[in-house]
Amino acid sequence: MYKILKREVLVPNTVYLKVEAPEIARKAKPGQFVILRVDEVGERFPLSLTGWDTNEGTLEILFLIMGRSTMKLSSLREGDCVMDVVGPLGRPTEVESYGNTMTVCSTFGVGPTITLVKALKEKGNNVVSVMEAKDGTYLFWEDRLKNVSDETHVVLGDGSRGKHRQASQFVTEYLESGSKLNRVFVFGRVFTMMECSKATKPFGIKTIVGLTPIMVDGTGMCGCCRVSVGGETKFTCVDGPEFDGHLMDWELLIKRKRAYLKEEAQAFDLWQLDNLHRIAELSELAERVSIV
Amino acid sequence: MTEKPKLNLNRVPIPKQTPEARRKNFDEVALGYSDEQALEEASRCIDCKKPGCKEGCPVNVDIPEFIKAIGAGDMPEAVKILKSKNSLPGICGRVCPQETQCEMTCNLAKKGGPIAIGRLERYVADWERVHPESTGRQKGQVNFNGRKVAIIGSGPASLTCAADLAKLEYEVTVFEALHVAGGVLMYGIPEFRLPKVIVQGEVDYVKSLGVEIKLNHVIGKIATVDELLENGFDAVFLAPGAGAPMFLNIPGENLSGIYSANEFLTRTNLMKAYLFPEYDTPIQVGRRVAVFGAGNVAMDASRCALRLGAEEVYIIYRRSKAEMPARLEERENAEEEGVIFKLLTNPIRFLGDGQGRVRAVELQEMELGEPDASGRPRPIPKTGSEFIMEIDIAIPALGTRPNPIIPSTTEGLELTKWGTVLTDEATGRTSKERVWCGGDMATGAATVISAMGAGRRAATDIDAWLKG
Repeated sequence: MYKILKREVLVPNTVYLKVEAPEIARKAKPGQFVILRVDEVGERFPLSLTGWDTNEGTLEILFLIMGRSTMKLSSLREGDCVMDVVGPLGRPTEVESYGNTMTVCSTFGVGPTITLVKALKEKGNNVVSVMEAKDGTYLFWEDRLKNVSDETHVVLGDGSRGKHRQASQFVTEYLESGSKLNRVFVFGRVFTMMECSKATKPFGIKTIVGLTPIMVDGTGMCGCCRVSVGGETKFTCVDGPEFDGHLMDWELLIKRKRAYLKEEAQAFDLWQLDNLHRIAELSELAERVSIV
Repeated sequence: MTEKPKLNLNRVPIPKQTPEARRKNFDEVALGYSDEQALEEASRCIDCKKPGCKEGCPVNVDIPEFIKAIGAGDMPEAVKILKSKNSLPGICGRVCPQETQCEMTCNLAKKGGPIAIGRLERYVADWERVHPESTGRQKGQVNFNGRKVAIIGSGPASLTCAADLAKLEYEVTVFEALHVAGGVLMYGIPEFRLPKVIVQGEVDYVKSLGVEIKLNHVIGKIATVDELLENGFDAVFLAPGAGAPMFLNIPGENLSGIYSANEFLTRTNLMKAYLFPEYDTPIQVGRRVAVFGAGNVAMDASRCALRLGAEEVYIIYRRSKAEMPARLEERENAEEEGVIFKLLTNPIRFLGDGQGRVRAVELQEMELGEPDASGRPRPIPKTGSEFIMEIDIAIPALGTRPNPIIPSTTEGLELTKWGTVLTDEATGRTSKERVWCGGDMATGAATVISAMGAGRRAATDIDAWLKG
């Protein structure tokens, strides 16, 4: 059992947890993920690691409520336990001295991004960070990202910050203006990763994306998380979770992620019906966050 | 002159659920002997001077002795004899291929009616499960000899090795990657063939010997083998299991609706997808399912698919019935339940529905040629025999390759060209000092009992090495 020490709803549907897992914390590296199972009947699902504290023996995770499992996880309170946490899984991000680098993130992607930016800075890289959100309501941890990056830009989908509505537009303009980049990292929504990879491709800048497809065991045993990279089948859990965005078969990734939409909706509805009391508590918590 | 007693060659059949009933549920197919049936079967044993059965058993169970105890009505004694050599009799009685082991070398086999050793073994184990008090199974005083052994994985090789070492008073810690102990016994073999309560009973027995089981521990990630050796463990036994599933490597294989047998069985058995939405993990079966391959795993997957509600389930195999690697009993069970065997047929590509889901598979008929490297006749495609079969779900059940996590994180561990760990068969020793290996990681995919045999040999050698 893995105890939740801290829980916060950061913006609508986005939850931060600090979980006690000293052994995993000791070994975690940027780019890795954990597999969780919330309770006895729960499914196994992956979440990227946002951070960890070796001394405290804790992991930080940040996630979007998308279905039954994330809803269940979000409904746990401080002091409650997650039944299973396995990790650290996947290969760590390759962090070298690249020179000029850019990170792009959307929603929960900001968590792993901040950790990566710190590691990139330690290797002496210049880091320009771009943060994408639907609108100001969904923006969080801007200050944290600013604190570690050399330069930070925010792109909002409603156009209320600057002229761009998508991070990929910013990336294109940045490169067209003649600025040089040696490596780009994109974490968060699949759409953001796909569009940014398209944006950097004409400029030939290697772009690393971090995936979280559907997984079962997370240790290379089942092949559920297979993706096609440069025409080759890879298992995200052991060969990834990071791949070259220019080689990624995005259509396949998106379709495989959507393979269980019908079942997920059914499971989600049933869980909600059985847990209206918890949802009521959640809405009280949500009120603490300023929702416009 | 006394007349030689007449040999009774009529094996007492084991009661089973009818095919019509069982294809609709996940309950165990074979129901086990009643007391009378067990006595009758035990009485057929002629207690020969040179019992062939013992030699056929990879863990050398004293078979005639435990059968004699059943015959004498002394069940606690039967349990004691059986368990002194086999820590997992409830499992072995159900899933061992006795027809190629103890029952094949039983002296009555030559006459056509070997003793049903597996069924009797199961009977003894099941009796103990409901009479734990009579065999002193409850947790006793545990003593440790001061030496610590780490065991990676908690499948049959590991559980056997752990039990043997614990009995010798080693302090044993088992590291399991998944959230329950048992390995393939939990995620792979279906409930209807091996009820999970039986596995958990045997795991509890191993724990009662003083073995600690740490779940959710992926060795190579949370700690490396070298770190275990540096941090107080005197020896490490690697038995992490079969690892990575093989696919057909044909176009369209990443479409949704195509599961490796490992994934299909893990969702069903470990995650209990057959109870969705009560359990959170979903599984899709549709109307028509094609399973590729003809080993035991293919049989398990096809029979699960039937129970999950598929109307038509096909086993598609490129060779003929004679070359099928599955146990005869499993094949017969599958056939009785209505699995359709499409032999001498090979898949060429999968076709999608435009939405990323599999819709059909293109197949090709085959004929058998000269024997190939495996000694089996080589299947040769018949030109112009291609045809399309509509399917909802496809399950390649083609075997596995070793999982790379441990080899890639352990210094000085030599591998074979197949990626398995180079292991001395007699002792389980690897190229790395203080590291032993067994089970599928050493041999490639094999049986539960052969893994148990490897666990036993490694335990013996670890003990000798640490004391030597």
